[in-house]
Parts: sequence; C-alpha cells; structure tokens
Amino acid sequence: MIASLISRALDRGAIAFLVTLAVIGALVPVLNLAVPPSSPFYLSSYFVALFGKYLCFAILALAIDLIWGYCGILSLGHGAFFALGGYAMGMYLMRQIGTRGVYAHPILPDFMVFLNWPELPVYWYGFQHFPYAIFMVLLVPGVLAFVFGWFAFRSRVTGVYLSIITQALTFALMLGFFRNNFGFGGNNGLTDFKDILGFNVQAPLTRAALFITSMLMLMLGFLICRVIVSSKFGKVLVAIRDAEARTRFLGYRVEAYKLFVFTLSACMAGVAGALYVPQVGIINPSEFSPANSIEAVIWVAVGGRGTLTGAVLGAVLVNYGKTYFTSGVLASYWLFLLGGLFVLVTLLLPRGIVGTVHHWWNEWQARRQAKASEATQGAQAVPQASPRPAE
Amino acid sequence: MGYHWAASFPDAGTITMRAFGDRFIALVLALILSLILSLILSLGVLPALTTGACAGPYEDALARFTADNFDDTIEGINGVAASGNPLAATVIGALQEGRLLFSAQDKRVFIKDKSDRLIDAATGQPVVGDAPADISPVRLNNRLRGIVEAALGGLTLMAPDPGKRLEAAQAVLKSKDANALPALDQAIAKETEPKVKQALVEARAAVVLYLDSASDADKIDAIAVIRQRGDQDALALLGGLPGSASPAVKKAAADAIASIQNSLVIWTALQNAWYGLSLGSVLLLAAIGLAITFGVMGVINMAHGEMVMLGAYTTYVVQEVIRARNPALFDYSLAIAIPLAFLVAGLVGILIERGIIRFLYGRPLETLLATWGLSLILQQAVRTAFGPTNKDVGNPSWMSGSFDLGQITITYNRMWIIVFTLLIFVGLLALLRLTRLGLEMRAVTQNRAMAASMGIRTARIDALTFGLGSGIAGLAGVALSQIDNVSPNLGQGYIIDSFLVVVFGGVGNLWGTLVGAFTLGIANKFLEPFAGAVLGKIAILVLIILFIQKRPRGLFALKGRAVEA
Repeated sequence: MIASLISRALDRGAIAFLVTLAVIGALVPVLNLAVPPSSPFYLSSYFVALFGKYLCFAILALAIDLIWGYCGILSLGHGAFFALGGYAMGMYLMRQIGTRGVYAHPILPDFMVFLNWPELPVYWYGFQHFPYAIFMVLLVPGVLAFVFGWFAFRSRVTGVYLSIITQALTFALMLGFFRNNFGFGGNNGLTDFKDILGFNVQAPLTRAALFITSMLMLMLGFLICRVIVSSKFGKVLVAIRDAEARTRFLGYRVEAYKLFVFTLSACMAGVAGALYVPQVGIINPSEFSPANSIEAVIWVAVGGRGTLTGAVLGAVLVNYGKTYFTSGVLASYWLFLLGGLFVLVTLLLPRGIVGTVHHWWNEWQARRQAKASEATQGAQAVPQASPRPAE
Repeated sequence: MGYHWAASFPDAGTITMRAFGDRFIALVLALILSLILSLILSLGVLPALTTGACAGPYEDALARFTADNFDDTIEGINGVAASGNPLAATVIGALQEGRLLFSAQDKRVFIKDKSDRLIDAATGQPVVGDAPADISPVRLNNRLRGIVEAALGGLTLMAPDPGKRLEAAQAVLKSKDANALPALDQAIAKETEPKVKQALVEARAAVVLYLDSASDADKIDAIAVIRQRGDQDALALLGGLPGSASPAVKKAAADAIASIQNSLVIWTALQNAWYGLSLGSVLLLAAIGLAITFGVMGVINMAHGEMVMLGAYTTYVVQEVIRARNPALFDYSLAIAIPLAFLVAGLVGILIERGIIRFLYGRPLETLLATWGLSLILQQAVRTAFGPTNKDVGNPSWMSGSFDLGQITITYNRMWIIVFTLLIFVGLLALLRLTRLGLEMRAVTQNRAMAASMGIRTARIDALTFGLGSGIAGLAGVALSQIDNVSPNLGQGYIIDSFLVVVFGGVGNLWGTLVGAFTLGIANKFLEPFAGAVLGKIAILVLIILFIQKRPRGLFALKGRAVEA
C-alpha cells in the first residue's frame, strides 16, 4: 500500500526534483571537503552552513505550503513551531557543553549559573540524551499545534481570523521566551554550542554531515508532502481549500483533516528548526517574532503556493537574495525589496514562479494539442485545470 | 501785742528761722528718697521700659550669636526660629551659608547679603558707615548644621507662599524632626489655608508619634490623624513605630494600618482602573481606524500601524517647523498637526487603496501579505528619511504635568488622550450615521451590487472609506506621539493589539471595538500587579485566543445575512 502511494506520488517532475536535490546534496560536501581550497570549485564551510540554513528554510516553506497551498490555512505563526523545534535542539546542545562553559558547571548551562538558579528545571531533564531531544523536537510543536488546532478548527475559526490568532500565538511565545525566568536563556537565547553527538559543531566534517542531513530531511519532507497531496486525502484537502462548507456537507470531517495536516506541518517546521540551530549556532526569542513567520509565507508565495517545488525554490531564492542584499552596500534597500516582493507577487504573480511557469506550460501544451487535433479531427482540447487562489 | 513792735521783731525772726530749718530737712529727705527711687528704677524698672520698646526674644536670641560658643549658638538658632520675626528665615539661611557675622565688642549681628552689603540683623536695615573692626562669621559644626536645617524647615512652615508651606509640612512629615514641633504649633495656629493646615496637623502628628516624651493619649490621637491620611506615607509612618512604644499605642497603630490597607486596596483598584482606561483609550485609538478598514470594509490592512506612525511623524515635522520658525506657537502644535496628520495618512491610504487593495478585494489573505509588504516599505522609507532613532516630540504645556484626585495621580496627557479618543469615536459614529458619505459607506458595505445599482459610485466610496480609516490612524499617531517613542517601529507595536481588539469586540461594530478596547485595557492593568507586565500581556493573548474559540465572531457579532457575506 505504501509502495503504491509512493509510486503514485512520484511523477516525472517529482523524481526530477528529488534527483536534483540529491545531486546538490552530494556535490556541496564534496566541493567543500575533497576539493583543495585553491581550486575555483572549492566551497568554504561558511557556504556549506549557509546552504544548510537555506535547506532548513526550505523545509519550513514546505510545511507552510502543505497547509496554505493545499488546505487554505494561512498560518502566520509557523515560525513558532520552527523556533520550538530549534529550542529543543538547542537545549540538547546546551547540555552537551558540560564543564566547558564559562562557569564550568557540570549540569547547569551558563545562563542558569549566571542567574543563580540552584538546580536544573524539570523541563530541562532528559535533554542530555539525543533521542529524547529529537523526540521533543517533534512532540512539542506537534502537541502545541494539535491543541491549538483542535480548539481553532472545531470552533471554525478560519481565514484571516486564524491568521491573526496564529500571529498572536507566536507573539505571546516571543514575549515569554524573552523573559529570563522562563528558563530558556531570555534575551540571549541558547548559544555557544560545542558538540553534537560527540562531534564539534564547528568542524567542516560535522557541517557537511548536517548539510547532508538537512538535504535528506528536505527530500523526506518533500516525499511525505507529495504522498499526501497526490493521495485521496490530498484531494479532500484541496476541496477544503476551495469550498470548505461544501466539503463539510459532502460528509467529510473537515476539522479532522485540517487538524492532521496542521499538526504534521508543525512537526515538519520543528524538524527544520532543529536542523537550523546547530548550523547557525544560536537560537533566540527573535525567531518567534511575527515578522519571521510572515516572511516565511512570502517564500511560498514567491515560489508558488500549491506547488511543493515552488515552496523550496522560493525559500532558497528569497533567502539568497536576503544574504546578497543585506551583506553589501545595498543593505538599507533590502526591506524595500522584500516589501516590494510582497506587493508585486500578490498583485502580478499570484501563482508564484513555479505556478506561473506551470500555467504557461499547460497553456502551451493545450494550444499545441488543440492545433494537432484541429489538423486531424477538430476535436476540442480539454483545458487543464489550474490552481486557483483560495478564498 | 502790737505796741511793742521792736519787742515782737526778734520773736518773728526766731519763728522764720525755725520754719526754714524744717523745709531744708524735708528737701534733703526728698532728695535721698528720690535718689533711692532712681536707684531702684535704674536697677529694675527703667531698663525694662527701654528694652520693651525696641527689643524682644528675637534680639535676645540674636545676641547669643555674639558669644562665639556652639551651645549659645544653638540657643540662638532655636530662639530666632521660635521668635516668629520676619527676619528669622533670612538670619538662619545666612547662618547656613556662612554669611552671618557678629561683632563681639558691639554685641551686634550682621547679615552679609549677596552683594557683600552688611545688613543689621536686628533691624534689617543696611549698615551705614564703617562696620565694626572685629567682625567675623558665626561658626558652625556638623551638629549645628542639622539643627540649622531643622530650624529652616520649621521656618518655611510660615513662609508666605502656601505651596512652600505645604512642601515644608510634607518634609517634616517625612523627617519627623522633634525640633520642628514648636514651629508646627505656631504654624498651625496661624494657618488659614485648609489644605496646608491639614498637612501641618498631619506633620505634627507624625512628630508626636515619634516623640519619646509624648504621652500615650497624645500618640493615639496622632495615630488617628495619620489614619485619616490613609496613604503609603501613613503606612510607612505607622509601620516604622519603634519597639519601645506602649502596647496601647501599638494596638492603635495596628488597627490604623489595617484600616488604611483596606482603603488602599480600593484606591489601588481605582488607580488600576484609571491606567486601564488610559491603556484602553490608546488601544481604541489604534484600533478605531482598523474598525473601519477591517471591520466595515473587510480589508486586512497590515500597514495600519504605519499609518499611525505617519501621523506621529507628521506631528514631529510640525513641531520642528514651529521650533525653527515661531516657537511661540508651540502650544498649538497639536492643533496644527491634527488636520495635517489626518490628511497625510488619509491620502496615503487612498493611494494604497487605489494602487493595491482594489485589485485584491475578495482575497483577504493576499491583501494581508501585500499590505504587510507595504508596511515594510513605509517603515524603511521613514527610516531612510528621518533616521532609525527615536524622534523628540514635545508635550505642549497644557499636556504636561498631573493632578491628584483622592489618591490617584492623573497625568494631563493621558486624560486628554482619553477625551480625544472619545471625541474621535463620537465623531466617527456621527459621520457614519448622519452624513451622506456615511450612508453610502454603509450601503456599499451591506450590499455592493445594490448600492451600485442605486447610483452610488462604489469605487469612490471604497477609496474614501479606506482613506477615512487611515486618516483616523493618523490622528491616533498624533496622540501616541505624546506618550510613546516616535520611531519607524511605532506602528508595529500596535498592529497585533489593534487586530485583537477589533476581533475581540466583533468585526463590523464600532461599539464592539469600544467595549473591546476598554475591556482589554482594564483587564491588562488588573492582571499586571499579579503577573507582571509581560506575563499579563501573554495571559491576555491566551485569553483572547481562547475567547475567539468560544465566540469566533467576537463580543458583538453581526447576526443574520451579514455574517457570511
């Protein structure tokens, strides 16, 4: 059954995309580790970590696209799930520092010693074990999304109302995590990591491994999303997106569908955050800021909502643009550009890059078919359905 | 006896001689008596008469300064302070600053004024002619300096300015200085201003309460007076009672503390309610424009906060121009800024509606993203034009300062903002209800197709409605510039709150926005003392999230067909 699901999910486009990802995933570490630094093909560890960061954003974009592009749920608080996953991983990394911290306390992280905490809070227990931390990376965002979604979807909070309260959710979490007595390092967050699974997080080999892991997770996430959207379940999701009330009247339990996909999406965002933290080396409360979550939504919009490849492409392109602009003399123009991107994409490119290319391709195909059939029979070509924007 | 004239002459002579001798003795006696009398007078009565005409306790005390002895100086200070002479404050002030001079020979005291002129301390008249040769300042040590300060405090209790007297009374209340007691008694007797008198009586009670020599009955009376005062100062006074106090006094103090605490709870609640009203008015200001664009038009305008910011920057520019051109107009700067801010924000709003939003009607999620992008652009534009730092927007004189109402402190700027907010609210209601524009707005909102069929130019109404909502946000910016930092991020801080207010109150209902804003404001301020500012805010966010689950359409939901429109 799983095999049939996967085989249905893997059409030509999906296979091509996965192969491309795999090639990049193999090429980048090789160019970093095996090629001598003098070679023009050499990639520095900085770039490996940078690309690794883009891949984490791509996973987050996939998670958002799954619920927004296919189910019409616009979450403006997905950064919260991303950051929660990141904090779970950060807590593991903090516990790995051990006596190498500034205060050399065997158990307490530096900031707790600094704040005169007598002992480790209960919710920090167990984070020295990697499997437990990974479990929490999935569990914490998942449970939060489940509880939040259960309340929200059951009482039919939809559309912009949902967007606004997800934004309020991440805002509330941000305020909380900024507090020192919350036990997550307050303003400074968690940083100064040393080891992950016994390997130095700064070492090129570890970075390459993290990059490969991120790529594998992105491919896995893509596959899962592909399986979902190409299955019957996925068709129901699209039906909910396009006509929620009608789908409900047809007998589908809309709330259950939404809740499942929302929770899954939150878990994916958590994984993205967990991979992001060791590669960037810090997690702090600003990751919860509503602006970050909205920015993630625009990645999807740029690439093309409702196209999984578009979400990945959009995340990488926009973030590459951000790196390019904010590191040079053009830094003060970046916000103009980002803001312009929001406006122009929604006004002129509602399908996003991939969606638009797809649309043109389909039209071109239809026209060619029509011409061909006109030449032979004059039969009418069936116009391809194109994703129409929800709401 | 007449025939013998010669014989009788010697007789007459003898008689005359005798009479003369008697008179002489009487004269001598009288002289002796008068001498004795004058001696007595010169020893006692006469000096008393002469000094009674031009000297008194003040001059006596003044003479003490000439002794050049610390103990005498203390006597002098206390004597001068208690004399009630109008020059007393000047003398002791001069002593504190080392400007009080004395001459031991002449037994006179002088004050050297600011322009080095010598003034006779006894008369207050400038000294004519040369000063005595042995003139030197009255010396002070640390012990004396304390006494000087206390005496000065006591003297200002009788200052001509009631404000000064009140201040002095409050200073004594805090210092509980026993030396001030005589001055207090005098001041209380003289005082005519009821408010100052009350303060003096309270200060006296504070002194008596901490005076070891005072009787228990006096102390209990004092506690009653302090209990009447009933604020934090009173609590501190009663709470700080020394352990040596008698049980009766302690009990009275404990009773008073309990009663004060009870009344303080009520005052604290009232103060919190006031803060809540103030916060609520700020929320209402920020949300009221949104209630138009989001609530009435259904447009999600994430750039709403930036309209507020534009209003605040308009105020800043107006004030800068006034400062540069005509500082006299500064008090009118807000009156000038209000229409300008409305126009600036309103015009930008109309541009946004014509340029972007009209292409996105019916696609709220896209509208949300586009206007978010717009907010980034506007923020960055302002940052580029004015710089990223906070701008200094001043309070006009009528907006600064505060007054006390019972035990609540009310600042003028907060009070005017509440008034301003309510005026805008009422004005907006009137505009929607009473004007043609309002009628057309409501028509377009309720049924666009029908409104268009009736000849209403819906596109124009859309632009004007959006402009109105944005213009009101600009007005909010003028008010917020008075209490918040004017920076490019000003609007961002309000956007989530104002959306929550509108959603909480119920979309499409101005009254809902009013109730929502004040409910959230007051709830926030009542939570703060228990949970702290940040946790209080988080609690409010969580409560709203839960509330929306229960009532997804807000407190005052539209009913009927409009719900699904």
